[in-house]
Amino acid sequence: MGKIKLAVKTPRIDMTPMVDLFFLLLVFFILTATFRPEEAAPIDTPSSTSQAPIPDSHVVTILISKNNKVFFNVDNGSDTIEHLRAKILQGVGSQYQVKFTPMQIKKFAGLASFGLPAANLPAFLDAPDVKAREAMQVGIPIDSLDNQLATWVRYARLYNNDLEFAIKGDGSADYPVVKKVIAVLQDNNVNKFNLTTNLKKVELPTDVLQK
Amino acid sequence: MAEIVQEEGHKGKGKKKAKKHGTHIDMTPMVDLACLLLTFFMLTTAFNKPKVMEIILPEKPKENEKPPELDKSRALNILLIDHDKILWYDGLADPNKTLPVLTQTDFSKEGIRKVLLQRNKALYAKVDRINKDVIEGKLKITRDTLESRTKRMYKEDKSGPIVLIKAADGVKYRNIVDIIDEMAIANVARYTLVDINPVEKTMVKTYKK
Repeated sequence: MGKIKLAVKTPRIDMTPMVDLFFLLLVFFILTATFRPEEAAPIDTPSSTSQAPIPDSHVVTILISKNNKVFFNVDNGSDTIEHLRAKILQGVGSQYQVKFTPMQIKKFAGLASFGLPAANLPAFLDAPDVKAREAMQVGIPIDSLDNQLATWVRYARLYNNDLEFAIKGDGSADYPVVKKVIAVLQDNNVNKFNLTTNLKKVELPTDVLQK
Repeated sequence: MAEIVQEEGHKGKGKKKAKKHGTHIDMTPMVDLACLLLTFFMLTTAFNKPKVMEIILPEKPKENEKPPELDKSRALNILLIDHDKILWYDGLADPNKTLPVLTQTDFSKEGIRKVLLQRNKALYAKVDRINKDVIEGKLKITRDTLESRTKRMYKEDKSGPIVLIKAADGVKYRNIVDIIDEMAIANVARYTLVDINPVEKTMVKTYKK
């Protein structure tokens, strides 16, 4: 008897449905993508039960990191054509006698949050990569002697009237620093602002509300 | 990655016919690329936007203006101290009279939340009812109307506590967010952040001993 030879076949898998699915998902993700902004420091925000989302634009975010450094971020408004960040940068620059080249201004417009004294900004904007930039982020001075945060807030409001303010602090940042930041805002007549938080569930004590 | 395209096996015999077969395109590189892009977009997308908690502080009084008088009977003082603890007392601390007694509590749901709810029962019930009616569909109003109605309730509130939040040294930002959140949960109409005064500082010190 002859042996039955099994034909060695490489299986052919029809990949079309898989590819279809991949492309569908890909298109979905491309269309819904809003990129995470590059943040100057990792910030672990505390939780609250508030469900209001942060507005899309016209937001000034003041970040407070775990080691109490203060960072500042302002968006370009609803349209980048307004060049708000560039205007604010030049305004603050004129206050502290810091001059910027057009290249530096352009670079600044594309960055997100930053935290360093205004005098170091040109060097910061010329820094070659993220790592070099990170090393320079020492926080914006908020002492009463040299309150640069107030200057940033003032110029941001000067060029954009519809700004909302958000404080995004790390849960373990010290309150005195946050208090100083709030005082800076109140000095600029900002009495309504937002605290960025994570969402958590509401739980009520059991017996209080029963009659 | 494995190559899945198959070569047609020709058997020796027979005429050599130009065999018609459907053009097979090797899709593997395309799939690789699609997969790569897909992973990239999945990882870089920030799906849930961060939430914000709105806080409105009373305006700073102008220089020649007197700060508004506070109804002593409604004042509830919350002193935040280190290690996530809370001390609270009613009324105002007057150094010339006997000092009020401090009560210790914490941020749990049976802690300060209970104290606040007990004091703010009337307003809480009102706001809660209108919210529930909207959720259950008994009351059909827009979100804006709901908001303005609750705001009016807050404004008209005459019996709820006026909470003064005072933070001592060593308090973390987390505690402040938590306590403001407690205000929102208990629908407290009036609260503000104020500095701790020297009398209260000594009260906290003596309490700790």
